[in-house]
Amino acid sequence: MTADGRERRTGKAPGDRRPSGRRGLTRRAREELHGRLMVAPTLLVVGAVVLLPFVAVLVLSVQELRLIEIRSLGPADLEVSLANFARVLSASGFWDAVRTTVVYATATTVGSLGAGLALALALRRPFRGRGLMRGLALVPYVLPVVAAATIWKMLLDPQYGAVNEAGRRFLGWEVPINFLTEHRIDVAGLPVPVALSAVIAFEVWKSFPLAFLFLTARLQAVPRDVEEAAVVDGASPLHVFRHVLLPQLAGVLGVLAVLRFIWSFQNFNDVYLLTGGAGGTEVVAVRVYQELVTRADVGSAAALGVLMTAALAVPLLVYLRQVRKGRL
Amino acid sequence: MTAGRRWDRHAVERRVLAVARIAVIALAAAAAVGPLFYGAVLSVRPFASFVADPLALPSLSEIDVGAYPTALRSEEEGGFGLARFMRNSLYVAVWTTVLAVACSVLGAYAAVRLRFFGRDTVNGLFLAVYLFPGIVLAVPLFVFFSRVGLTGTLTGLVLIYMAQTVPVALYMLRGYFQAVPAGVEEAAEVDGCNRLQVIVRVVLPMALPGITATALYVFMIAWNEFLFALLFLVGDRERWTVSLGIARLGEFAVPAPVLMAGSISITVPVVAGFLLAQRLLISGLTAGAEKG
Repeated sequence: MTADGRERRTGKAPGDRRPSGRRGLTRRAREELHGRLMVAPTLLVVGAVVLLPFVAVLVLSVQELRLIEIRSLGPADLEVSLANFARVLSASGFWDAVRTTVVYATATTVGSLGAGLALALALRRPFRGRGLMRGLALVPYVLPVVAAATIWKMLLDPQYGAVNEAGRRFLGWEVPINFLTEHRIDVAGLPVPVALSAVIAFEVWKSFPLAFLFLTARLQAVPRDVEEAAVVDGASPLHVFRHVLLPQLAGVLGVLAVLRFIWSFQNFNDVYLLTGGAGGTEVVAVRVYQELVTRADVGSAAALGVLMTAALAVPLLVYLRQVRKGRL
Repeated sequence: MTAGRRWDRHAVERRVLAVARIAVIALAAAAAVGPLFYGAVLSVRPFASFVADPLALPSLSEIDVGAYPTALRSEEEGGFGLARFMRNSLYVAVWTTVLAVACSVLGAYAAVRLRFFGRDTVNGLFLAVYLFPGIVLAVPLFVFFSRVGLTGTLTGLVLIYMAQTVPVALYMLRGYFQAVPAGVEEAAEVDGCNRLQVIVRVVLPMALPGITATALYVFMIAWNEFLFALLFLVGDRERWTVSLGIARLGEFAVPAPVLMAGSISITVPVVAGFLLAQRLLISGLTAGAEKG
């Protein structure tokens, strides 16, 4: 242990007149004090801006409170009413939003992990330009989301966007597709949710680099000899993947899946910026924003937020269990 | 017989996978740089020629970078105020970075080297902040900041960004600090340095690359952030940050080349910084992944 070693060494330090036993005790106490002092700023900021608001959102969710009433709000006005929850749960479109959110989060999780895994495997063997490719692959992740959404909106524009133009020219589309407002289109008799697919594609594009990054790091730590032995034994490439690589990657994939699901479930930026919730893309996060800003109903926004957090508690517990098992 | 069939299967698999591999790489390359390239091309094409042929590359003679100065100039000079948005974002991002890195250097050092009561809560905090929905936090923060009059100030944003980035910064720095051998610090202590001197003179110089990478990451998050800027500053055009500014301009009838020039301008600093510090950033972010 480093701590023990350090204690012994300073105990023997020249010029130390105190007996080493007591010296060790004060040193331990000092370590305790310094540790607490050094974490204090972090705790203070995070406590004030994250933990306190968490309590506040619970309190707000049982208040009948409009935005204009905030300035005159005092402790005496506090009440306990479940009206917000009743209103939010029975509001039109609530269950549609829940369904949309679950579909959105599930599809982005699958897409993002799938794309990240495919690229990580494709870049496994070295080739010229691999380093460059690895760096470039991370660009969508670091871009400002607003810049990305602005460019995507232009790409998908029904009048002069590149996607519609390419569709017209090479695929024979007769009418342009309004990717960000169209609810659904029948393709070969099957209804395809257009706008929802577009926002899912955007989030997959924006988030697959992170999955790629972690899977690449994990792949580099896979011992080569097992794989080589499997190849010598006559295993096909797909067998090697399924029986040698996949078990090694399962832990990271699990953690990434839970994290991506949690993040996509609560994602506000992408949907708000691309569609504003139109065309069947209204997720719960966008509804919270609308309750708060458009309807100026603080209580309902808070109640919706509490429900959202409660729904996330399940994947959160799964994640915590994985962490405790030492997977990340 | 069986061996032959197995070899056939291997050969087919190999060939299919080789094709798939190239397809995946090509697709990823297109996805990674395609949209940025498209935005950059549009920003230098006259709008009329773009409408006439949306898929063409601009000819050298028609390239016109005029959209950039137009986007950057202030409204009084006939522009769209992007330079001011950038100043605001720079202010917010620099302060966030300085404060968040200062806090997390202390916190990460304590978490790595010191034994004290509540050391594990540092890890718990990381999870709490990282996984708690931002949109849900926005409700009470919006109420609270309106109450104390901090909406419409950049200070309020700095405070929130700091709280949101300190946990990630702490997590990254912890990894870098663990790589600093404890023996060096002990030697400095024997030489009579106190704890703060040890950190400033020994740990910081040795972990400097890691700290730079962490600072860059925090800067990026603060520069890119949109939701809280939207909630707090939407009514005050003077204080718009780059993200809010571009998002708002996108809702007005702003010429497409100007909008694209704006998007590219706010992206370039982030992507350049990232590519420069790539290696460091990646090792810091994925420190835990090798464990499996």
